[in-house]
Amino acid sequence: MKTENQKAWFFVLPVLLLVAFNALIPIMTVVNYSVQETFGNNLFFWQGLDWFEQILRSERFHAALGRQFLFTFLILIIEVPLGVIIALSMPKKGIWVPVCLVTMALPMLIPWNVVGAMWNIFTLPEIGLLGYFLNNVLGITYDMTQNPVAAWATIIIMDVWHWTSLVVLLSYAGLVSIPDAYYQAAKIDGASPWKVFRYIQLPKMKTVLTIAILLRFMDSFNIYTEPFVLTGGGPGNSTTLLSIDLVKIALGQFDLGPAAAMSLIYFAITLLVSWLFYTLMTKDDP
Amino acid sequence: MSKRSIIPILYILFLLLPIYWLVAMSFKTTNEILSGFSLFPQTVTLDNYRVIFTDPSWYWGYINSIIYVSLNTVISVTVALPAAYAFSRYSFLGDKTLFFWLLTNRMAPAAVFALPFFQLYSSVGLFDTHLAVALAHCLFNIPLAVWILEGFMGGIPKELDETAYVDGYSFPRFFVTIFIPTIKAGVGVAAFFCFMFSWVELLLAKTLTAVAAKPIAATMTKTASSAGYELGLLAAAGTLTIIPGAIVIYFVRNYIAKGFALGRV
Repeated sequence: MKTENQKAWFFVLPVLLLVAFNALIPIMTVVNYSVQETFGNNLFFWQGLDWFEQILRSERFHAALGRQFLFTFLILIIEVPLGVIIALSMPKKGIWVPVCLVTMALPMLIPWNVVGAMWNIFTLPEIGLLGYFLNNVLGITYDMTQNPVAAWATIIIMDVWHWTSLVVLLSYAGLVSIPDAYYQAAKIDGASPWKVFRYIQLPKMKTVLTIAILLRFMDSFNIYTEPFVLTGGGPGNSTTLLSIDLVKIALGQFDLGPAAAMSLIYFAITLLVSWLFYTLMTKDDP
Repeated sequence: MSKRSIIPILYILFLLLPIYWLVAMSFKTTNEILSGFSLFPQTVTLDNYRVIFTDPSWYWGYINSIIYVSLNTVISVTVALPAAYAFSRYSFLGDKTLFFWLLTNRMAPAAVFALPFFQLYSSVGLFDTHLAVALAHCLFNIPLAVWILEGFMGGIPKELDETAYVDGYSFPRFFVTIFIPTIKAGVGVAAFFCFMFSWVELLLAKTLTAVAAKPIAATMTKTASSAGYELGLLAAAGTLTIIPGAIVIYFVRNYIAKGFALGRV
């Protein structure tokens, strides 16, 4: 039981102040822009909710949102099962454990634009390892600057490369917390590997998997740097995800009003979906 | 070696291939890179690295990045410790709302915040300082640190606190000399994640700096566009950005496995 103590607020105060400084002031700036029109020179005109209406009706926004959901859906459906399978087949003890953990965490520690640049170099048709192999050894015509399907495949594989380890590390942490006695009991009962997974390992991994899925959802939904460096949103608009489109509008065209309105809609969608995930996945918890 | 260890081995190979390619390319001459495909560097050259280590605009990028990342890790963990303690031990007015609100800050796309952050930090006179980037990264690192630490603290029985008070420890003394050492695995994991997310973030770091605190990742994009497309140099700079992360993860490798298992995370 937790003790009720209002003085605990003093412990939280530094966190509150720092995060509020970084969160509230910028978000108010965005709200401010989202209801005004500007032509530069610091002149602003009241615009009401026009920008919101314009964004919500625009086909460009619908298309970017659709691509964003497709991207997040694809990477979740690949990374989560793959991460769990890898975690299940990892050794539980011995010298290979740190080796596995260190090498697996490596991609997550590379700055995001380096990840994009690295995959760019890796997939160049004539001089990249993957690009050369596909084109000249397997004879598949592969050029992601021309072919939207190739571009999509590349950003998906890049994200799988970059982030599956997060799912692996978290699932593995859940797995090693299962006492040996559970497995022995299952062995005595003659449980099949599937039953061991379903009734012992999966329930133990549930909390960490919730965190993994939530983090992967939030981060993939907000992804910007890696696909921007890798494909620049092309060919055409085929890999222009929501963030890339937003930055194009805000900094490329300097349409601050519509960009701000779009930011708020974007943020609201992320919040809503995260909240849905969170409530669905924790509804059985006491 | 059992049959199923083939899965992690294949996965690790897949992870290492692009990294190998980056490292191999950093040792090649620009001529070799552009003249065609070669699996290994034909003539190994250290020129790309020499450029980086002798040109201040390059190596200062690394120093700048390390300064703001360390600063951010220290700030995030320091303020998150008491907050996580409050969340794990006490109930207070609005605690659940506050906790969820903290987490929502991880959901805000950095692209949304770039321009307002620039205006905010310019107006308080911190633009182009290491502190600006360190503080801005608190937006997503503090919530994560609180979340991780709260999980670890929840695993420590309350009797520990009570025994210490009975023994006459004051709260600060108990917290610093007993409690923090008890959850040092948690502190390690939290610090690791703060370091990681601050090190890899570029959009905000680039927006908030111009010259004096410019991160290495931004130096790379600038140089790549101004000096043509020097792939070898770019690859060498990229290779060097992997090293700090690799060092940090080597130090916390045991905490990562044990640490997660201890906490509710």
